[in-house]
This record gives sequence, structure tokens and C-alpha cells, in this order.
Amino acid sequence: MNMTAEAIAVKPINLTADHLAQDQSTTITVGEISSPNPRMECRDVNVWYNANQAIKNVSLDIGQNEVIAMIGPSGCGKSTFLRCLNRMNDTIPAARVEGSIQLDGQEIQDKSIDVVPLRARVGMVFQKPNPFPKSIYENIAYGPRIHGLTNSRAELDELVETSLQRAGLWKEVKDRLDAPGTGLSGGQQQRLCIARTLSVSPEVILMDEPCSALDPIATAIIEELIDELRQQYTIAIVTHSMQQAARVSQRTAYFHLGDLVEVGTTDDIFNQPKHKLTEDYITGRFG
Amino acid sequence: MSPSLLLFIILAAMALAYHLGRKRAIGVAGGITQINRLHSLPAYYGYYAALWVGLPSLLLLLFWAGLQGQILTALTLAELPLETTANLSEGQLSLLVSDIRNLADGNLMGREPSAEVEAAAAHYQRLQGIATATLWALVGAMVLAGMAWAWQHTTPSFRARNRVESIAMIVLILFSSIAILTTLGIVLSVLFESIRFFQQVPWTEFLFGTKWSPQIALRAEQVGASGAFGAIPLFTGTLLISFIAMLLAVPVGLLSAVYLAEYAPRQVRAWAKPVLEILAGIPTVVYGFFAALTVAPFMRGLGESVGLDIASESALAAGLVMGIMIIPFVSSLSEDVINAVPQSLRDGSYALGATQSETIRRVIFPAALPGIVGGVLLAVSRAIGETMIVVMAAGLAANLTANPFESVTTVTVQIVTLLTGDQEFDSAKTLAAFALGLTLFVVTLILNVIALHIVRKYREQYE
Ligand SMILES: Nc1ncnc2c1ncn2[C@@H]1O[C@H](COP(=O)(O)OP(=O)(O)OP(=O)(O)O)[C@@H](O)[C@H]1O
Ligand SMILES: [Mg+2]
Repeated sequence: MNMTAEAIAVKPINLTADHLAQDQSTTITVGEISSPNPRMECRDVNVWYNANQAIKNVSLDIGQNEVIAMIGPSGCGKSTFLRCLNRMNDTIPAARVEGSIQLDGQEIQDKSIDVVPLRARVGMVFQKPNPFPKSIYENIAYGPRIHGLTNSRAELDELVETSLQRAGLWKEVKDRLDAPGTGLSGGQQQRLCIARTLSVSPEVILMDEPCSALDPIATAIIEELIDELRQQYTIAIVTHSMQQAARVSQRTAYFHLGDLVEVGTTDDIFNQPKHKLTEDYITGRFG
Repeated sequence: MSPSLLLFIILAAMALAYHLGRKRAIGVAGGITQINRLHSLPAYYGYYAALWVGLPSLLLLLFWAGLQGQILTALTLAELPLETTANLSEGQLSLLVSDIRNLADGNLMGREPSAEVEAAAAHYQRLQGIATATLWALVGAMVLAGMAWAWQHTTPSFRARNRVESIAMIVLILFSSIAILTTLGIVLSVLFESIRFFQQVPWTEFLFGTKWSPQIALRAEQVGASGAFGAIPLFTGTLLISFIAMLLAVPVGLLSAVYLAEYAPRQVRAWAKPVLEILAGIPTVVYGFFAALTVAPFMRGLGESVGLDIASESALAAGLVMGIMIIPFVSSLSEDVINAVPQSLRDGSYALGATQSETIRRVIFPAALPGIVGGVLLAVSRAIGETMIVVMAAGLAANLTANPFESVTTVTVQIVTLLTGDQEFDSAKTLAAFALGLTLFVVTLILNVIALHIVRKYREQYE
């Protein structure tokens, strides 16, 4: 987590801001990209949508029991990068991903890797809530059912309840579990989707702006949840809220036009950013 | 002096009126710089003037074209000496009228016209001249009056836009009522003819009778004058063939839709979809002889080789070919519905570690189900109403059977056979066709209502 002298020594790509070239394809990340206890290691990841490059040479580790926040102006590629981590970009025909992404030392970019168990291990909450056109109960029960996680209806009921409780939705919906999930409000749908992801207990959780439609109380519940999940899991969260990034994350990565400009401990990024672009962004002069 | 010339003149007058109306509006506003004093944009004043100039004359022209012939004929006939027309039958009278008109229009006739006919034709021509002159005078007056009216009403505070929009709405209503009234007219005429049929044959016999042999004597003294009008065998025949067709079309169509929408690489889709749509473009008569000449003998041969007795006009052959015809309906409707399921739902399912087939079965299919059911029911009503294939491939004998190897007949086949050939249109035999048509209509209507209901019910639940 903390920058160590050896880490800098063995990672020659960590240079200072002075070395930044103007050419974006050779932008070099400022700060410590590696993590002492990494779950996921991304090296030189490039993503194109047709001829459009959305992610440029991004290298980043995501460590065990760590929450990493990804910030940056709209359209800079945060969602695109997050989708690389569980190969969700496979579903976009135009998208092409290059580079190395490893989960526990195993290359996931390998075409021979089965994405189904990968995605069961690396869960995702999408930027736009996407509840299934099923009842609230069935929305949560879907994942456990296909993976055969429970043996009886009672167990499933319990799993549904705990998932909803952790996402802070249980009180609002416990009397109408049979109502369609699509009939919930935007913020409720967002929490439903978080609960749905929790129900299959993924090891790594990717959250793309999970609180964008939530009020401060629901946001606080989700932030508490993230902090609690950190004890067991690995979490990457995209957010537009600096305060949220500061509150929940231990490390922060700043993206800009497809480049990973700077990454470091959340304290460092917010208190003493090294790169001019990062500083502009967090002080509100940009984006 | 033809009506088309008049039509052209009216349209030209409308164009002119538009320009005058616009100019006038700008004028009353006090110049092009002042047009914001007007309630509406100047063009609306132009439209207003054009509508006042054109619409009344166009309506007049329409009525005139419809009624002129009849009125002139009546006037001409009234002029004829009484003894000529008094004891003519309806047929002879219409022959006389067409003689007079032909002569008046200068068409050649086979035989030499009588003096009376020639006189009448001359009279007819004279009347025609008067009528045309009157029409021109009326149209001219209406055009001028319309322009004057619009001219007078063009003041800065006049709400030209609102007026033009409400006139446009009325015109739209008129046009949509044409479609509705036509439908209503057809339904009513079928209904009235059916009522006539049910006066001769009790409806209980028609709906619940199991024997169909619509033989009616041409002459009263002929033996075996009474027929049997029990339509049950026809309905079971229709249902049997439609059922066989759906049994083929629903699985094949649905599975190919799933393949095309979810699995097929883009290149495969690029040619497979058009090929399926070509199936929909084949005329049903081609399917008909395909069924009668290829499939039916093949089925018969197949039956013989395994020791089954399959009639040469079996329900099976007709149903299978009809099923092939319907496959593209089911598949292209279902594919559209499956494609309309948002990608975000698929993503949501994949992100939970679901496989593609789990996603299709548990997320996409339920979400698309209402649309698929709607498409299938549409295909069913298409199958029930299909005529050409069954006329050629299904039998004529009204067998009451559920055995697909036997020959059955359908409602549509019977309608065709009842109405082809020389028939008097008030015998129970021909009227039965209307009753069958009415029943078919009601059944398809009910199916469509059910389809809509299902679609709406699922919508409420899922959206
Ligand atoms: N499916 C797609 N097809 C083509 N281009 C895409 C697609 N998705 C994203 N892009 C492009 O990739 C770039 C990065 O998009 P991305 O969604 O990753 O941004 P983001 O950082 O998540 O933005 P936001 O904060 O607004 O969510 C954008 O320029 C976008 O136009
Ligand atoms: Mg995004």
C-alpha cells in the first residue's frame, strides 16, 4: 500500500512529472502502481473501441483487502478500465483489449480462460442500474440459483434477506419482495443491483459509481458496507465524488483521457498530488 | 373541359392564394420587419387562404363526380316516352341506359341505335354540357369567395396557425375514418348476409352440427334438396392444420431467432436473415403447389414404406407446408423482440457468472416472452385465415377427424368452393360462406384480443 523504496527501485516506469511527454500514448503514470499484496495486476493495458483508443498503457495493481478509488473527468475511461477486470468488454463487439491482466497470478486475458467462473469471482455493479424484469426476490435469488449456492428454499430466503440488508434495502422492500424490481426508484434499483452482486459473494467487487443516485443516508450505508467488505474482499470503485473517494478508499487512481495519470495513497493524492492534472482536478479547476 | 383540368386549376388557385395570403399578412403587419405584430407566421395566413380557396371546391368536385352520372341518367329517362320505359325489366332498363350513355360519349355500338335512343342521347349530351358549365361557374365563385373571405380575415390578431392546425386535424380525421368506415362496412355486410343465412339454417345447427354437405337444389323439384350445414368438421379441420403448422413453425422459428439474435456471428446473420425473409416473400400459391405436388406425394410414399395409410391430400402435408410458410413470421418477430431486450440485462447476468444459455433462458427469454407470445398468436391467426395452400393441398371432404394422415377440409377452402362457379346469391349454400367468414373473423379477432391482453399483462409486471 505504501510506497516503499524497493518498489520504486524495481519499477523503473515510475518517473516524476517532469518526465511526462506531451504525446499521450507515452504518458507515464506518476506514483506507485504496485501493491504489496496484489490480487489483480494489470500491465500495459490498452483498450480500443474500433479505432478509438479509450485506455492507453495503463498499469495498476489492486491489492487484497484494499479499496481503490478511480476518479477522473467524464469519458476518461474509468468504466472501460473497470470492465477489463472481469472481461465485460467481451460483450462489446467493437472493443479490443490488449495487455496483461492477472488475477492471483493467473492471466485472465488468455482466450482459453473460461469467463464464467472468472465473472463469478470478480463481480460488478454497473454504472446504470440494470435490474432484471423479475420480482425483487428473483433478482437477488438469480445468482445463487445458477451457482447452486443454497440447498433449500429457507437458505435462499435467508441469503436474499442478508444481501438486501447489507445493501440497506431490506426495510424498504421486505413487504413487497414479489413486486417487480423494475418498479423500484432509481436509488432503490441501484441498491438492488449491489445486493444482487453481493448474493454470489465475489472475491473482487467492481463498483461503477454505485452511489450516483443515492441520498446521503443510503450513501452512508453503502460506504459502511464497502468498508466492511474490505475486510474480506478486494474492491475497485469508480466515483465522481472526491469526498467519497477520500472516505472509502486507501488508494486512488486518477485517469485522464485514457491515461492513468497518477496513482497513490488516497492521502497523498488528495493532500499532495504530484501531477498538475491531478491537482487541477481535485481542486476543482478541471472536470 | 375535363374534371382533371378543373382539378389542376383549383390546385393552381390554391398556390396563388397561398402567396396572396402571405403577402396580405405581411402587408397588414406593416412590412416584413413588422411580422412579429402578427399572431402567426405569415405562411400560416397563406395556408389559411389556400385552404379556403381549395377545400370547398375540391369537396364540390368530389360530390359532383360521384353524383353527376346518376342525376343526368334519371333526368334523361324521365324525358323518354312512357311506353318505352314502363314495361322494361331491371336488366333491360340498364341495357338501355348504357346504350344511351355510350352513344352520348361517342362510343361505337354494334347495332344501329333506335330513334328514341338517339334522341335520348342528344338530350343527355345537352344536360352534360349544362352540368359542366354550372360546375365551372360554381367552382369559380367558390374560389373567389374563399379568397375574399381569407383576405378579409387577415388581420394581425387573427389566429391563423390555430385555424390551419384545426383544419388539418379535421382532414386527418376524415382520412382515418375512411379506413374505419370501410372495415365497418365489410363487417356489417358480412353480418347481414350471415343473418340471412341463419334465417334459413338455425345457428345451433351451424355451430354444433357435425355434418357438412352444402348441397342445395338448383330447381325446387330436384330431389335431395336439403343440405347439411354443420360447421364443426370445418373448424376441426382448420384447427388440425393450424396446429400442425404451429407445431413446426413455433420451435423452428423461435430457435432460429435465438440463434440469430444471440449466437450467430455477424457474417452468418448478414445472409441468414435475408434468406429467412425470402421465405416470407414466396407467394402462397407457390407453397400451395409445392404442398400438393411435392410434399403430399412424398408423405404418401413415406407412409406406404412404413405401412401407414396416408391420404394423398392429408392434413399433415398441408399443415407442414403452412408451417414452413409461417416460420419467418415467428422467427423475425421473435428476433426483433429478443434484440430489443437491453444489453444491460445481458451484462447484468454475465457479471454474476451466468453462462450464455442461462442468460438466454432465465433473463432474455422471460423478458421477451410477451412479444414472442404476441408474434405466435399473430402467426396463428395468419394460419387460420390462410387459404391458398389449403385450397391446393387439403381436401374437400368434410371429415370429422383428428388424424393428421386423413384428408380434412378447412373453413377457407369451403368458402372458396361455395362461391366459385355459377351461384345464386340468395341460396343457403352461398350465404353459408358469409357465416363461415363471420366466424373466422370473430375467431381471429378473439385471438388478437388475447394476444394484446397477454402482452399488456406482462408489460405491467415487468416494466
Ligand atoms: N460501447 C462503446 N463503444 C464505443 N465507444 C465507447 C463505448 N463505451 C465507451 N466508449 C468511449 O470510451 C471512452 C471512455 O468511456 P468510459 O465509459 O470508460 O468513460 P468513463 O470514465 O466511465 O466516463 P463517465 O464518468 O462519464 O462514466 C469514451 O470516449 C467513450 O466515448
Ligand atoms: Mg463510466
